[in-house]
Amino acid sequence: MLENAFTGTKRYYGLLAILAGLFALGFFFYLKQLTTGLGITGMGRDVSWGLYIAQFTYLVGVAASAVMVVLPYYLHNYKAFGRVTILGEFLAVSAVIMCVTFVMVDMGRPDRVLNVFKYPTPNSVMFWDIIVLNGYLLLNILIGWNVLECERHDVPPPGWVKFLIYVSIPWAISIHTVTAFLYAGLPGRGYWLTAIMAPRFLSSAFAAGPSLLVLLCLLVRKYTRFDPGRDQIQSLAKIVTYATLINVFFFFCEIFTVFYSQIPDHLMHFKYLFWGLDGFGRLVPFMWFSIIGMTIAALLLVNPKFRQDETTLAVLCGMVIITTWIDKGLGLMTGGFVPNPLEKITEYWPTVPEALIALGIWALGFLILTILYKVAVSIKEEVRA
Amino acid sequence: MGMDRRDFIKLAGLSTLLGLGGNSALELLRPGQVAAALEAKPEALTAKRWAMVVDMRQLDEQTAQKCTAACRQVHNVPDFGNPIDPAMKISDADKVRWEIKWIWTAPYDNAFPGDEQEYMDEKVKDLKFLLLCNHCDNPPCVRVCPTKATFRREDGIVMMDMHRCIGCRFCMAACPFSARSFNWKDPRPYIKKEFPDYPTREIGVVEKCTFCNERLANGLMPACVVASQGALAFGDLRDPKSKVRELLDSNFTIRRKPFLGTNPQVYYIV
Repeated sequence: MLENAFTGTKRYYGLLAILAGLFALGFFFYLKQLTTGLGITGMGRDVSWGLYIAQFTYLVGVAASAVMVVLPYYLHNYKAFGRVTILGEFLAVSAVIMCVTFVMVDMGRPDRVLNVFKYPTPNSVMFWDIIVLNGYLLLNILIGWNVLECERHDVPPPGWVKFLIYVSIPWAISIHTVTAFLYAGLPGRGYWLTAIMAPRFLSSAFAAGPSLLVLLCLLVRKYTRFDPGRDQIQSLAKIVTYATLINVFFFFCEIFTVFYSQIPDHLMHFKYLFWGLDGFGRLVPFMWFSIIGMTIAALLLVNPKFRQDETTLAVLCGMVIITTWIDKGLGLMTGGFVPNPLEKITEYWPTVPEALIALGIWALGFLILTILYKVAVSIKEEVRA
Repeated sequence: MGMDRRDFIKLAGLSTLLGLGGNSALELLRPGQVAAALEAKPEALTAKRWAMVVDMRQLDEQTAQKCTAACRQVHNVPDFGNPIDPAMKISDADKVRWEIKWIWTAPYDNAFPGDEQEYMDEKVKDLKFLLLCNHCDNPPCVRVCPTKATFRREDGIVMMDMHRCIGCRFCMAACPFSARSFNWKDPRPYIKKEFPDYPTREIGVVEKCTFCNERLANGLMPACVVASQGALAFGDLRDPKSKVRELLDSNFTIRRKPFLGTNPQVYYIV
């Protein structure tokens, strides 16, 4: 099957070259970070996690969202999704690889990272996060590859693959739950200390992931001879709609508790993010754009007219991706760390090298995604021919 | 031990080939010696539960500065405002971001957030409280560390193994007292006078106050306590006759953020 990755059009190789170039650029700056330290980033003693861990968190969501195509197909026998499960699984594979890479570049001593296995520590949520993430990566590679192979030879997948598929469904929920537990169990971080964090993570994941999948399906249809199908895209659109609505609802649940109780430990982070505190408010316009944009996108998606038109659908999916990214990729980290536990404010903004390293990892992820999709699409074209 | 480095390496290599660890080789050669070396020296200060009392009635700003300076010196804590090579000067913003703090001062409102009083004694409001790791009984930093690089000793000291730390900074997110620092930058060019008895650090690891475990092992009180001229008391909480118990039994004390359930073991007399 892999041979399909090596035969492609000029456009395919061109895309790979661009992505590889961006990855190389990021890698160059990473080497610099390795020698001079994480001081090359915008992080510091007060905001000690930044863009890297935020991207990790966002992408865990994208990875988990594969369950939104796997579950209807395998548990509810929703046949239409048979065509797109592989796209969801391969998206999960590349997303988890990006997650793991983002965690690696965030480590102060990446050379010692195996200490996590040498001294296993079950009371650390990070220990479990590493287990569930790597397990999920393995599950999706095994499942995706074998199901595709079976499809090629026109045989049903063997029993053990079916078993793994059923395991992968709760496993997908677990990766984002455990990731939320990284934050939601820390005393003294009021912004994160909320029981609705894991549900919020999941709802924003099931909004953002399928949105990305809709866009990818539209791209696959445009640039290959494989059509993921209008019904499939419409079903995904409904998932995006309800997940975004639930995400907005969860956000307002959070807002109610924080603003009605008016407990300063929780309130001050929201004040910083949405109004600014003591003259610091770098994220204010982003946060308002995020929540208003997300609400508008959700409301428009409810209207079948906008959802059924694939152009407006694509725009709205793009909107969901951007607004959930601001919420998780910018607001979550900075909001949790500002103000600091001594109620002092040090703002955070990523530096250029930091942003380029992050971009390099995104490029790596999309490079892997492009190759995997090329393989999948080639098999789909072959089967249909 | 009557064995030079060369012999040791030979023996360790040989014993590894034989499937024994370096430790077992030493055991074969000189039984009991390794264990003996790991036992506490007779002069070591020990306790069932170490704790500190900061008596703010006696601690003026100058004394507090002496405490932080003493700590800085014996632990090779870098001073980013004072590089060896003047060309390596950094901006004030970077100084704030990269600062390594083991023991430092802050006014009441920052030391005790959540316990602010709308009207309070001006003198207390302006006091410079000495802040350091609280060596919590229930330390969230230890709970989250994925490698046990930070751990709680039997005697209550929350220790930091800077050679095991992977630099994930989960402990920094977990600590409600900002008592942990990360080496964002190579600290060595910012240590003017290196103290030879304590290691300097590399980039990428977390560090913090360890109640001067290395000094206690040699029978010395923590550096800040020595420098405090009596304003800091340090001792065994389980010993009813200790100085810390004496102070706690006869004074009203407060602790930082006790409502978080971490059970801090640094007490303040205001």
